[in-house]
This record gives sequence, structure tokens and C-alpha cells, in this order.
Amino acid sequence: MTQQITTPTPPVAPLPSKNREFRRFLQVLFRSPGAKIGGVILLVTTIVAIFAPAIAPFDPLEMGVGSTLQPPSAEHWFGTDDFGRDLFSRIVYGSRLTLRIGLVAVFISMTAGVLLGMVAGYAGGWVEAVLMRGVDVLFSFTETLIALAAVAVLGPSLTNATIAVGISSIPFYARVTYGAVLVEKNKEYFKAAQAVGAKHFRLIFRHILPNILSPIIVVATVGVSVAVLSASALSFLGLGAQPPSPEWGAILAAGRDYFRRAPWVTTFPGLAIAITVLGFNLLGDGLREALDPQQRRS
Amino acid sequence: MVQPQTQQRNDTLLRVRDLKVHFPILRGLLQRQVGAVKAVDGLSFDIKRGETLGLVGESGCGKSTTGRAILQIEQPSAGQVYFEETELTALSGEPLRQMRRRMQMVFQDPYASLNPRMTIGDVISEPLEIFGLAAGREKQARVQYLLAVVGLSPEFTYRYPHEFSGGQRQRVAIARALAVNPDFLVCDEPIAALDVSVQAQVINLVQSLQRELGLTYLFIAHDLSVVRHISDRIAVMYLGKIVELADRVSLYENPLHPYTQALLSAIPIPDPTVEAKRQRIVLEGDVPSPTNPPSGCRFHTRCPWAIERCHQIEPEFRDVGDGHYVACHLVDALGKFDPALGD
Repeated sequence: MTQQITTPTPPVAPLPSKNREFRRFLQVLFRSPGAKIGGVILLVTTIVAIFAPAIAPFDPLEMGVGSTLQPPSAEHWFGTDDFGRDLFSRIVYGSRLTLRIGLVAVFISMTAGVLLGMVAGYAGGWVEAVLMRGVDVLFSFTETLIALAAVAVLGPSLTNATIAVGISSIPFYARVTYGAVLVEKNKEYFKAAQAVGAKHFRLIFRHILPNILSPIIVVATVGVSVAVLSASALSFLGLGAQPPSPEWGAILAAGRDYFRRAPWVTTFPGLAIAITVLGFNLLGDGLREALDPQQRRS
Repeated sequence: MVQPQTQQRNDTLLRVRDLKVHFPILRGLLQRQVGAVKAVDGLSFDIKRGETLGLVGESGCGKSTTGRAILQIEQPSAGQVYFEETELTALSGEPLRQMRRRMQMVFQDPYASLNPRMTIGDVISEPLEIFGLAAGREKQARVQYLLAVVGLSPEFTYRYPHEFSGGQRQRVAIARALAVNPDFLVCDEPIAALDVSVQAQVINLVQSLQRELGLTYLFIAHDLSVVRHISDRIAVMYLGKIVELADRVSLYENPLHPYTQALLSAIPIPDPTVEAKRQRIVLEGDVPSPTNPPSGCRFHTRCPWAIERCHQIEPEFRDVGDGHYVACHLVDALGKFDPALGD
């Protein structure tokens, strides 16, 4: 080398602070009306869950002998169920359970699934073969069946049902991640990073992960709703939330028997589930766009 | 195969010996190997310090694979690559990673070679971070300096690749490659994906960087005029092998291998009187499959002068004088192409 690249001191442009970058990200995120609506829905749901005791007019477990299956009124906004319990209070308290189930289950399946998929896709060879064939085997069972098996082993309770639901959708995340990693691994920028001398950690977390986040976020948002529904199904079978607990799926299932006489018992928890799920989906879509720099037009 | 050994050791930056890259073809449930794509099949050449070696050949002849195999991004199946006295092919893990400070690559497609999630500044500073060469303010200053070196504004630091044109992105890719102060750069068709109007700019940048920084290039291209413009010596590849290697002047003035002759005859000449007299050698047929290359000389299926010997015996890649290497039975010992040799 005849001459070194020396480093003079040219004018240094100011670094945008992390704070500013984050604010910009939020700006882009909430520019889309969908993300706005989704964000508001989830914000309301979260507030309701946190301040449930202050919002609910009744104790969600208090039965009223003389007031069973009453239609919505000024006193009982959403009516009462077959035990005379105030439905509005039950749904308000139920938001706590539902949010927890959805988020914890998705956290479990996403963490495990993404890890499996990344390792398999990145390592290749026999590691890939063993892991992905294992995932294929799990994939060939219905999610509910795996969840049922897991609950059977762990014992019926809401926590176990959450774990079971989480485990049951691991293959899904593993598949999505694996496919995305394979695509990114063969792109030229990945080869370029290798040529520059990047180590495994950097290759995985700086190059692959940010580029495969979009599909994972989309799957995760849909996953929250799927988890809520799966947990409700387990509750319905008596393997999830146990009777007095005001889990939305459990209320819905219990109200099924009185559907003709008291449609509100099924309608309101159903609506609550639908709206929450919608909120997650809308926000997920917005996130996907905001995380993609190519969509970040200024 | 006679190995080129005319250069002095200390004069030579890179030595490639019998380099092979075969991609296995796997079939069936048990993934049995049923064959191999012989993308690179036995290359030997040297690259001198400070020179530009042009590597030409048609699409799919193994040019890019050669470049990648030299940098050990693609695992060679056989052969050795020596960088100065270090055998790259024997290294792996950390020692190999450390060698990457000295040799870098500019990729063909600037639309694919930059991580879309990283800002220009992050892309260029990554090699600095990897090797702990600079941090904090010094790193920023260095990034802005590198941007200036490749002719980009320092304001671009916080922008993303998609905001730039192909030519600008290729400049960013060059800046990234230069960040570690390498000695050797593989340029894998760096202008193939660019508009004609931008190609000249990038070529000039690549050349002026060589002058200023004393870089050594392996310049891969399929455009013969570009290669002629930029190279000191040129290697012509056909189906995984080098058929001819010579300095620029003798290759263009006195092409010995029939394939080189055909390639050169395809260059239009910007002079109507000469152009009218230009004899084009049009090759018949297609490039054979690298999975099952022809016996003997690989070019015999398309060579207008092929003789019986060409079908059976692989010609030696030999020096026919003044570092002009050729692999052809029809070139005599004095370095003259003579179709009558077969009679």
C-alpha cells in the first residue's frame, strides 16, 4: 500500500438522537389511519384492564339470585348472565385475562419459534434437517390437539392453558422465520457482510433479524387473536379458565345455552374478543409498514 | 498444468493454484450426490501488487464464483489461494476473519448488496466496528471522509440505501470496501447493473482510487471495452477454465486462443472504414453445461479449428513467451496461432 487513507477532521454532521428517531418512527406509524384505530383500541383495552376495579360497577363474581339473565339496562349495561352476575363487570375484568393470555402465549411461541427457525435457517446442514423435520411433525397436528395434550400433561388451569396455547403455535413461527432467514441468507448484502468479516452474532442480529421482522410481526399480531381464541376454546372444554373466572371465551361458551333467550350473554364477550383482535391486527399492519424504511417517506 | 511462476515472490500479492469450485447436485430423499456443477475447474494465476487483472468471459463461465472463492466467501472444493505468504484456503474462523481487513469485495448489484435496514453511515462504519478501528466521533469522521473519497456528500450518512440511485449505491459499496484500508479488491462486475451514463463515473472512481491508494484489483467483467480500459493484464475464462492470460496489449493485438479471437472480433470499432472490414467470428452452438463439460479442450465443440487431438487431450495452459499464457493445441511454441498444426 503506497498511501494510507488518513483521517482528517471534516465537519461532522450531528447525530440524530435515539429519542428523535423513535419519535419519527411513531409519527410514521400513526400516519396510517388503521394503526391509529388499532392503537386506540388497544390503549382503551389496556386502560380498562389496569383500572378494572375502578371501572366495573359490580363484583364480577357476585351472583344475584333474583336477577338472572336480565337484558341490558341502566343498572346492568350489558345485562346479566345465568347466575345473575353483571356482564359488563365480568367483561371489564376479563380483559385482564384475555390480554395476559394473548401476550404471554404469543411471547412463548414467538421466542421459541423465532429462535428455532433462525438457528435452523442460519446453521443449515444436519441442524436444519433435525430441527425443521421436528417442526414439521408438530405442524402436522392441529394446534388445538397439541394444546390439549399439553394441558393434559400440565393440568387444567388458565396459566397452563396459556402455556399450552403458546407451545402449540411454535411450529408456525418457526416456519415463517425459517423461510425468511433462507431468503435473507442468500441475498447479496448478507454475503457482503460476511466478506467484511462480520461475526455470527452481528450477522444474525444486525443483518438477518431486522430484515425478517415484518413477517414475524404480522404473524404475531394475528397470533394474539389466535391465542385468545384457542384459550377460549380450551376454557370451553373445561381445560382453561375455571368456572367463576370471567374469561371472555368462557363467558361466551357458557352463554351458548341461552343464546335464544339471552343473546347479550354471547354478543358482548364476542364483540369484546372481535374488537380486541381487530385492534391487534390493525396495529400490526401499521407496525409492519413503519418498520420498513422504504415505506418511511418523509 | 504448468504453473505461472515468472513473477518475483515479493512482487506478487495473490497466487491462485489449481482452484476448483464444484457445487454438488443432490437428488432424492437421501440427498445423494448425482453430479456437480463445475463452476470453476482448475485455475492458476498470479496477481501482482498494484496491478489490475481483468477477468472476462460470458455469463455463467465462473467469473463471479472465482472472485468469491478467492475471498473465501465461497468454499473452494480444491486448490490453494495464497495472499502474500498466507494460504487463505487453509484458514478458517478468526485468522480468516482477520485477513478480511486486507481484501474486500465490491458486488455486482448495488441494489442487493446494501442492507436495506441500515443507513449509509451504518453500512460504511460496519467494517470499522467489526475490526475495532474507530469509534465515536472518530468513526463518524472516518465515515464522512470515506463518503468524500467516493464523491458523496457527508449529509448522506443518515439516509437509507433506497433513497439513492444505482451509481450512488455502488459508491457506497466501494466506500464500505475501502473502510478497512484493504490492499486487494475484487470488483465483481461493479458496473454491470448501472446505467451507461453512470458506468464511466464509477470506472473512473475505481481507477483514481487505485492510483491514490495503491490498490490491487481483480476486475471481473463481461464488457471487453471496459476491461481493456482498466486492466493491466487480462484473463479470459471459458466454462470454468482460463483459456488465455496476457498483458492487455498482447491480448488485444495478438489474441492466440480461438475463443479470445472470437470475443475480440465481436467488439465494434468506432471507425467506419475499419468497421466495414471487421471480420466477425461467429461461434456456433451454445456453451456446454458445466455439469458435464466436453472432453479434451472444453472449447472444441464450438471451435472452428478443432482437430482430433482437441477432442481427447486437454491442452496445457502454458507460457508461450513474455507471460502470455494460453491453453490451445494449435498454438506453436513460438506463440503463434497456427491452424495448420493439426495437419
